[in-house]
Amino acid sequence: MATAVDVRDLKAWFGKTEALHGINIAIESKHATAVIGPSGCGKSTFIRCLNRMHETNPEATADGEVKIGGDDIYAMPAVDVRRRVGMVFQKPNPFPTMTIYDNVAAGLKLNGSHKRRTLDEAVEHSLQKAALWDEVKDVLKKKSGASLSGGQQQRLCIARALAVKPEVLLMDEPASALDPISTAKIEDLIFELKQQLTIVIVTHNMQQASRVAEFTGFFLMGNLVEFDRTEKIFTNPSDKRTEDYITGRFG
Amino acid sequence: MPKGQISLRRQLTDRFFTGLAAGLSVIVVCALVAILAYLVLRGAGSLGWSFLTQTPKPVGEAGGGMANSLIGSIMILGIASIFGVPVGIGAGVYLAEYGRNRLGQLVRFTADVLNGVPSIVIGLVAYGLVVVPQRHFSAFAGGVALAIMMVPTVARTTEEMLLLVPHAVREAAFGLGVPQWRTTVSITIPTARAGIITGVMLAFARVAGETAPLMFTAFGNQFWSFSANQPIAALPLQIFTYAITPYDDWHRQAWAGALMLVMLIVGTTTLVRFVFMRRMLGGAR
Repeated sequence: MATAVDVRDLKAWFGKTEALHGINIAIESKHATAVIGPSGCGKSTFIRCLNRMHETNPEATADGEVKIGGDDIYAMPAVDVRRRVGMVFQKPNPFPTMTIYDNVAAGLKLNGSHKRRTLDEAVEHSLQKAALWDEVKDVLKKKSGASLSGGQQQRLCIARALAVKPEVLLMDEPASALDPISTAKIEDLIFELKQQLTIVIVTHNMQQASRVAEFTGFFLMGNLVEFDRTEKIFTNPSDKRTEDYITGRFG
Repeated sequence: MPKGQISLRRQLTDRFFTGLAAGLSVIVVCALVAILAYLVLRGAGSLGWSFLTQTPKPVGEAGGGMANSLIGSIMILGIASIFGVPVGIGAGVYLAEYGRNRLGQLVRFTADVLNGVPSIVIGLVAYGLVVVPQRHFSAFAGGVALAIMMVPTVARTTEEMLLLVPHAVREAAFGLGVPQWRTTVSITIPTARAGIITGVMLAFARVAGETAPLMFTAFGNQFWSFSANQPIAALPLQIFTYAITPYDDWHRQAWAGALMLVMLIVGTTTLVRFVFMRRMLGGAR
């Protein structure tokens, strides 16, 4: 199996506080990897390092090696990294002044692609992949992205991320603000999407991790305590701390 | 205390304060309506065709108008907006998106101080900066004075409106690999557009009525002038000139001029809003 994201000795800081203490992990290509752990353990910081979003905070710094498909992300411009490694955030964040169509096309348009045909195809294709096409195809250019329901907005954000054709999709608790039905839709989507790209999903919901991900990493206080196949983590963890967490003894 | 009494007292307090707030709002509206109504009452009668097409007549001759002042005001405000609005918006964008540093604090502080500087002092600055080196008064000098007055208001409101745009919106763009400048131009500014336009219009309306800084910059003119390089008439100046004379006819014209000025401000504000707000749902450009 191929490695999509190779992380070696990754450290991250907020000001002088070290939030990640040297993470080593190899994320499998075209699989879903879940990142679990209690609040404040560094899981969001970790995935935000993978597309260099971490450093958009003026206080934040990172050190170590992250390779996407063999390329060192710190050796290329941050904007190029983010086109290859897409991101879906916890709260749906469509562009409020744009139509549904323009939201999906935004990544392409703002990076200089203006061909009508290409855009039309990318929008339809991405919305279909995000399982939103049927619900919005008649109002693409009439309704604003912000007028959709929360669950639809999140799928719109997924479509927007997919439109730039990333190799890796980072999802930071993508369903935590959604109702159970919308959550189930997002989970189904992850199943479909991982046929074509690599997914790293942060989640507080351990059932969700076990449902969608082949691999799971358990973070605690800025360290990757354990990383293994999901069944192994949830049925027979090697580390006492992992066992305590998944059995609900802390966190 | 029984339950009923508490709720009755609360209800009465609630009614009292709601009524108070409503009453105070009515006073505010009344003041505005009173000013407008009085202007219309005193000015509308003289606001005829000749007022809009003729220049002032010499003392003793009846008739004449403020057409040249209207054109002058439009020219001066146009010059002021051309310089003041881009500089103000640019400064506001810098403050909101990059200004969390020493320079940002300095600019913010300077803008706030500049906002409090009396307009006649700004006029003196423009006099020193433009009139003295050129050795003559001009519409351009008046425009510069008003532009300086517009900058701090536009900059600070632009900054505040941009800061109201949720960080999540910027992050969404960064996450798509959109560079920061592009995010600012295509995402953040359009999202804050309505507020920025309001700020610009507020600044415009404020300087449109300024008289003091024009007295020794644009200077005023009793005749037609379409040159930015010549002394030019302006509505506030002409109103002032006429209002301090002892002639009833000129008093009436001053009232008409004041009405004209208010109409100019309201008209411009409405037009700009109409043009820029019509398509709120824009695309990525």
